[in-house]
This record gives sequence, structure tokens and C-alpha cells, in this order.
Amino acid sequence: MTATLAGTAAEPEVGRARLRKEDARLVTGRTRWTENITVPGMLHLAILRSPHAHARISRVDTSAALREPNVIAAFSGADVAETQGTMACAWPVTEDIVLPIYRPLAVDEVRHVGEPVAVVVARDRASATDALEAIEVDYEPLPVVLGLESALADGAPLVHADAGTNKCYTWVLDSGEAGTGKAVGEAAAAAELTIHRRYVQQRLVPASMEPRSVLVDPTGDEWTIYSATQIPHILRFLLAATTGTPEHKIRVIAPDVGGGFGGKLAVTPEEWIAFAAANRVGKPVKYTESRSESMVSAHHGRDMIQDITLYARRDGTVTGLSVKLLANMGAYLGIVTPGVPILGAFMYNAIYKFPAYRFECTGVFTTTTKTDAYRGAGRPEATYAIERIMDELAAELDLDPLEVRRRNWIRHDEFPFTTVAGLEYDSGNYEAATEKAMQLFGYDTLRAEQAKRRVAGDPVQLGIGVSTYTEMCGLAPSRILGALRYGAGGWESASVRLLPTGKVEVVTGTSPHGQGHVTSWSQIVADQLGVAFDDVEVLHGDTRTSHKGLDTYGSRSLAVGGIALVLACQKVREKARTIAAHLLECAPDDLEFADGAFRVRGTPTSAKTIGECALAVFAAHDLPDGVEPQLDAEATFDPQTFSFPHGTHLCAVDVDTETGAATIRKYVCVDDVGTVVNPLIVEGQVHGGVAQGIAQALYEEAVFDEDGNLVTGSLADYTVPSSADLPEIVSDRTETPATSNPLGVKGVGEAGTIASTPAVVNAIVDALRPSGVTDVPMPCTPERVWRALQTARSGQEVAA
Amino acid sequence: MIPAAFDYLRPTTVEDAVAALAEAGEEAKVLAGGHSLLPVLRLRLAAPTLLVDLGGLPQLRGVRTDGDTLVLGAMTTHAEVAGAPVVVDAAPLLAQAAATIGDRQVRHRGTLGGSLAHADPAGDLPTAAVALDAELVLAGPAGRRTVPAREFFVDYFTTTLRPDELLVEVRVPALPGWGSHYLKVNRTAQAWATVAVAAVVERENGTITQARVALTNMGPTPVRAVAVERALAGVPVDAIEAAAAHAVEGTSPASDTTASADYRRHLAQVLARRALTAAAGS
Repeated sequence: MTATLAGTAAEPEVGRARLRKEDARLVTGRTRWTENITVPGMLHLAILRSPHAHARISRVDTSAALREPNVIAAFSGADVAETQGTMACAWPVTEDIVLPIYRPLAVDEVRHVGEPVAVVVARDRASATDALEAIEVDYEPLPVVLGLESALADGAPLVHADAGTNKCYTWVLDSGEAGTGKAVGEAAAAAELTIHRRYVQQRLVPASMEPRSVLVDPTGDEWTIYSATQIPHILRFLLAATTGTPEHKIRVIAPDVGGGFGGKLAVTPEEWIAFAAANRVGKPVKYTESRSESMVSAHHGRDMIQDITLYARRDGTVTGLSVKLLANMGAYLGIVTPGVPILGAFMYNAIYKFPAYRFECTGVFTTTTKTDAYRGAGRPEATYAIERIMDELAAELDLDPLEVRRRNWIRHDEFPFTTVAGLEYDSGNYEAATEKAMQLFGYDTLRAEQAKRRVAGDPVQLGIGVSTYTEMCGLAPSRILGALRYGAGGWESASVRLLPTGKVEVVTGTSPHGQGHVTSWSQIVADQLGVAFDDVEVLHGDTRTSHKGLDTYGSRSLAVGGIALVLACQKVREKARTIAAHLLECAPDDLEFADGAFRVRGTPTSAKTIGECALAVFAAHDLPDGVEPQLDAEATFDPQTFSFPHGTHLCAVDVDTETGAATIRKYVCVDDVGTVVNPLIVEGQVHGGVAQGIAQALYEEAVFDEDGNLVTGSLADYTVPSSADLPEIVSDRTETPATSNPLGVKGVGEAGTIASTPAVVNAIVDALRPSGVTDVPMPCTPERVWRALQTARSGQEVAA
Repeated sequence: MIPAAFDYLRPTTVEDAVAALAEAGEEAKVLAGGHSLLPVLRLRLAAPTLLVDLGGLPQLRGVRTDGDTLVLGAMTTHAEVAGAPVVVDAAPLLAQAAATIGDRQVRHRGTLGGSLAHADPAGDLPTAAVALDAELVLAGPAGRRTVPAREFFVDYFTTTLRPDELLVEVRVPALPGWGSHYLKVNRTAQAWATVAVAAVVERENGTITQARVALTNMGPTPVRAVAVERALAGVPVDAIEAAAAHAVEGTSPASDTTASADYRRHLAQVLARRALTAAAGS
């Protein structure tokens, strides 16, 4: 066998900026979105939604709709009350949490605008939509509950009258009680400096490009469900569990999915309604939401009030932190709604090593669209609060914001480090990332320019914002999830199948929706098995081919699913070693796997590739006794710890003090996401993440009016920025491999979003601090910046 | 969302279009690009029984000069208004305002006539037309009439156009030697103006001889800032700052999710100063 066929010492695939295999079909639209899929006999579903934020339903009459052209069925929640199942919350964070009954179609009461009330099934979508107008519903309006604090006030109207309270839960992490640190009371008593701030995390809409869409086909001896979801496996499990449908008769397919950002980390009432409708008519039923429906009924993100108190010494050493959080659940609990702020509980201490910490979160029901995971889920909120208040500490002590951080962060030689929140950070180098970011940014030069413009009284002031973040990725060690009362594990699965021609099929339990797993997974397999990048196919998102998996969210896919893949590849290699040894007539131990093939030690030209072994087992003419004729392998990986990407983001903002407009002039980020499999994909994730974080800082906010109507219900009012609104993003990396997994990877899906929001707001506040501004509420619109300046100036005048 | 059912007509002559409108009365809507109309239909905020699509009327598209007057067909796209050399030369303010609309796709489909007839107070082209003292030519069953832009806009989304009339042509008197500037603040690049200011200034030997200033989104229609204009007749350029402070007189801006009325008033003054300064070339 020639050395060429046996593989060469080619450049490793891991680390190469491979163009994505997925992009040609995704970018040209020559692909399968759920909405594109048509099956024989398919009908269309339209949903009538509540115009009231809170009302009793006294009557629903669908009879007139049934007489409309092309209408097959029309029904209300009451009509399917017994069969439609309920929506599950998978994360009851405390023993005494209030878990309201959440029905896909409202039966007797609606609790937010947009809640599904009745449906029409028709031969085409237009007829279904038209017929909605013929449905009559009588509502008796009930009082709305919108504000977090007002919802908790005595005598507040109740979202769920049965519960007797609008409080969903209170969850506490106290380092003194947990034994992970001191009591925060000691820190408070001894503090030379106490800084309290209240920050508001505005409500956001995930707004993925593809709206939600589902097609339920009940024909045949099973149910096939196509859904634009991040979580096909969880969808199958929960549909079986809540409707009594046998799990093995449900096949869920997530075809190409056009973005999720946590918005599709959901099982949705619309999926359940389509399932109920398909069963009722006995035919396939498809539903695709409009953008307007998506804005008001798909879950929202963030919406918290953060009261944060920092204790410090005058030398800049932080001695303790107390966080009190109110988190808006909305009207109902989605699968991880209560847990989102809890994920943040472990991140407020960030990269710092102070000894005392207390976190308390109260979840609150309101008559609004439910909240749930949105890119970062709990961690952006935590990072925002701590990075903002670290700047306040710097200002209080007249220190550079980076210097304050330096005095408190975990040094690179102090890893592994167990934090005050009880997590062990395996690795990191905050000094290196910060140093690199400062150089790329020209930190000292910009500070000098800032000083000059301040002295000159330039109407356009320069602000410099800092964010030295870390986050927890790789969700998640199953034991920890269990301890946090999460309803599932955090493992991930992969299997590897060798075809006779040496091509490889990989089945992954992760469910990509834009992340490029097909490309990255191919690169990993190419190195692990010595096959060509193009010879690997990655199968995902179909529970029939991928029966086992926990899907994609929380920057987990590579750090958990990628490791399962490596383990499966190792099993394949060990099987192939036996075959190769037999073919080469040597002992397995005499072989080494090098340059893409098994080679006899000392005689490297005597070699067999995995492909040759695959052909040999396919023929099975000459295998060692007792050896099964196959090389396939499956592995499941359950991480023992989280992974902890980190980095330093620096942002320069020009703030026009006359108009209040803040324009990002320079944005530099140096992220350490561990070993990089594909630099192009990593950079893309960072860019998109930074854009989404900037969007929270400057542009986006979901606003309800006093009646509970979403007034930012379209993309004209909910201002998602476009490329024209965003700066050039200079992205670079340091690479400190994670020590907790064999690839050294950490995860990158959320890093940019987590880091960038505080960097931008810190920059705006930094620009205006000489005028006395210490906060601008998000999003920092021109008007809000202008108002903050007006208020601060009048305050200064009063003080003078 | 899906619009309610409607009939669709694509006439090839202005006469046929007008006749169709006359027959349908209030139930018809004119499709002239559709960027404002289609969302309204899809949200079912309007349910006309007939759409008259002007896309089949190439005679309403294009730009020419008629002596000292720039003549623009109503179906001329924003991209053409922004890019046509004759517009850039004769009415740079109009070109500049058109270039700020939406994004490239919007500018290649949206039309000048559509924007004027829609009369959104946050629209850019109505303000430019008012600042330039443009004249609008309307075709109806009884023939054509000409309406000054300042009289065309009546209220929010309301003009002097009758249900059986079409806006067919926009005539803009050239202002040789005048400087102009359109300055807009919006939340995102694709968003409507929070506030914008159109300024046109005639100068002679360092003195402003006359100025015209119009404001976007400072009331139900484009507003001519007459107090500013009065303050800028025959004064040196450095009078701009004081004059711009009058920009809020006669305005009635709304408070909405984008901005409060207070902020809009503040912005109008700042932008008036900056736009006038740029237009005066100093």
C-alpha cells in the first residue's frame, strides 16, 4: 500500500478556516425550511389570538368559521381541553415554586395579548386566515399586571388567581451558607466603600430570521413532526410525556432552521395546537407564524431589575457582592423560564476573586408574553451588572477601569480556581487577553484623545468602555443540573458510521440552526480518523437517525457534543486497529495511528487507513476470530465541569452631547474560547454575538402599553439593527485550552453577546461621567442619553 | 399575515387608472411601490376591494428638465431620484433626502409619488418637496390640476388628492446658486426619521439673502419653519444659531415609542442649526 493512499502528514483540519459546507444551500435558499415542506393532503392552520392582556373567556363560537370557504375544522380551547395536553416547565427551581397550568389553547382565561384562543384548519393558508374573522369570542376583561414591583405589591391583581400570589419563586445562593465563601454581611460591615446600583435589563425579542413553523403529519402508523426548533429530541420527549402519545411513534425532524438565539429552545403551544389539529382532522397540518405573531407570542428574553451592591476597600479590592434580582416570568413558564436568572447566579462574581457573595432572585408573574432563554440566558445580565459596577468602583477611586479589574481578577497562575459561587474555573489568562486587546485598540492613545476632548469641551465626547467577561459554557454536567432541579441531564451523544468506500456518516445529538456543526464536526472527524474533510457527512435533527441527544443551546454543542464525537471516533479507531493489525499481520500494539493511518512502528510505509479497514469489514472475508464485521461506534459524553471562555472587549463611542446620539467608533474584542476548530466560524459567532449585544445596549426594547399591548410589535418599532448600524468589529483571540475536555474547547455561541453590552454602555457612561452621569438605561437611545445629560447637569447646578 | 381579498388592476394609461379609481371610489387604493401599503394590507388595517397598480405606466417614470423646472414622474423610484445627475444638479436636496430612505431594496421599489401621496409625517420626500416649493400635478376625470406642495399635505396621511385623482408629476423649480442640506436623525439606518430638517439657503457675499427650512415629523404634515426663515433674511451666516432656536415655533410633534415631543423639539433646533450651517457652506 502506498504512503499516499495511507494518508499524508497534511495540515490538521482542526484550526483551519474552512468555508462552511452548509452555506451554499442556506445562503441561496435551496434548502428545506419547515415552511417549504409540503406533504400530500396537507392542510393549513391559523390561530386566533387574544387581544386582551387579561380576560375571562365567557364564550367562543366557531360555527360561522366552519361555513367559510375551504374550512375543514374550527375549534377552541374548550373543545380540546381534555386532549390537547399541557405545556411543561422543565426547570422548577425550588420546591415551593408556583407552576401554573399552561394550556396550548386557552380554555377559560387569557393572560397575555397574543395567547392562542381558537383555530381554523383550511385547505389553504389564506382561507384559514380569512375564516378567523368569523370566530366570535366574548371576553370579560380582568385587571392587567405589568410591572415587576407592582405585581408583588399587596393587593395586586393576580395573574393566576389559584396561586394566591404573583411570586413564582425565590431562589438564593449565599456563599456563607453554601460554604463557598464568607457571609456577605461580614463584608458589608467591614467595607470601606459600598456602592449600590439598580440596573434594568429591558425585555428583548429573540427575533430569529426564520419565524417558528411546524408541520404535523399524523398519517400512517406514526406522527411525523417537522419543526423549526433547536430541540427536536426534547420536543419528542415532552410531546410524548404530556399528551400520552407513545414516544416511539413520534418522529421529530428539525430541517434547516434559520436561527434561534434561544427563541427556539422551546416547546411551543403552536406545536401542541398543530398536533391537536392534525389529530382532530386526521390529516397533515402546517402552521407558520407571521412576524407579528412571532413578536407577541414567541417567548421574550431578559426583563429583570437588578439591585447590586458592591463592597470594597479603598485600595480597590472588592470584598463582597450582593445581588437582588426581580425576574419577569411573564404569564406562564416555558421549559426553562425560571432557570434563566439562576444560570446568571454563578456568573456575577465573574473573573474576580472576592470572598463573599449573596444572590437572591424572585421570579414574578405578569400578564405579558412569557420570557425564557435568549442568547446568553442569565449570563449577559450578570456580566452587565458586574462589569458596570466595576466601572463605578473605578470612578469612585479615580482609577482606570482596567486597573480596578487587574486588582481583583484571578491571575493566570491561580488556576484552577474555585469561585465564591462554587464553580471551579479550570483555566484562563485574563492578563494576556487584556494586554492584546489594549494593543489592538490603542487604549492609551484613545485615553489621551479623550482627555484632550474633555478639556476642549468638544460637543462630541469620547467614551471608552471595558468588559472583561467570563461565562460558563458546555451545558452541562448532569449531576449539577440535577442539584439545580433541572428536569434533564446535560450529556450529549454521537455515533460514527463507516461506509464501505471509506466515507463516514456522523450522527450527532446536537441540533444546529446556523452554527455550522456539519463543517466543524467534519474537521474533527477528519483528524480523528484520517479521512478527508469532504468524505464526512453529518446527520442531525431527525430523531429517527439521531435517536439520542439533548440538542443545541448554551454554547454546549462543541464542548459537549464535540467531545462525544471524539470519544466515538476513538472507539472506531480501536476497532479498526484490530482489523489493521490483522491485515498487516502484526500485533495491535505494534501499530501507531499517525498521519491518517495505522502504521507499523519502525516501518511507516506498512500502513492501513481506516477506509481500508472499513472495506475489509464490509467484505468480512478475512477477519480475526470473534471480531464483529463493523467499525461503527457510539459515545455519550457527560461533562464533569462547565467550560469558561473569557475575554476582553473594548469599545470607543462618540457621544454627541447635543443630540444624544452614541456612535461606536471602534470595537475590539479578544476572546479566549480555548482551542479553535474553525477560526472562520468562531469569528462569525463573535461578530453575530457582539451585534446582538450592541442591539441590547443601543437599539432593542420590547415595550407594553398600560393595557398590556405590545407596542413594539413589528420590526418597524422593534429596532433590530442592520449591518448599516454596526461598527467594524476587530476580533482576535488568545487560546488557553480548557483542561476539562480532550479537545480543549470551551464554546463561543454566546460570548460576544455576553461581553459586548456592558462594554458599550460603559463607554457611553464614561463619555458623560464628567457631566455627572452614572447611568443611562438601556437601550441607550439618543433621547435617553440626552435626558441623562440634562438630569445630571441640572443636578450639578443644584449641587453648585 | 395575509391581506384580505382584493381585485387587482394594472392599467397602461393614466386615463384608465383614473377611470378605475373613479368607479371604485373610496374602496380603491393605489399601488405605487407598496412599501407602506402592503404592510397595512397584511396587518388588515385596511381592506380595499381594488388595488390599482401603477407599475404598468412607464410614462410616469423618469426625470427631465423643462426650462428652469425639474420635472419628475410620480413613479420615479427613490434610487433614481437619489442618483439621477439632473436631480443631483438641479435639486440636490431632493436627491439627498431620497438617499436617506430605508435601504437599497426600498429605494429601488419605493416611488416619489407614492411617498408624497402616502403623506407620512415621518417621510423625507414630503419635507423636501415643501422646502423646495415643489408643485404637484394631479390627474382626475376632469383633467389635470396643479397644487403647491405646501397646500398638498393636509393632515396625518391625508392630502388634497381626491379618491379619483392620481399624482402624476412633481415639478421642482431650480434654485441655482443656493446651498442645501437634508439632515436626519433616526433610530436605525432603515428607520423613519425621528426628526429631520431640510434647509435651502441663498447667499450673497457672506450674507444669507433668504432661506427655506422644512421639518420632518414635527407635526401631522411637513412644517415650514417660517420663524427661522424670517430670522434669516439678509443676515450674516453667524445669525444661524439664534435663528435655529425658532425651529420649534408652529410645530406640534408627537410622542411615540421612538421619541418624546420634548426631545423632538430639542432635536429640531439642533438639526436646524446644523443643516442651515451646512447649507450655507460655512
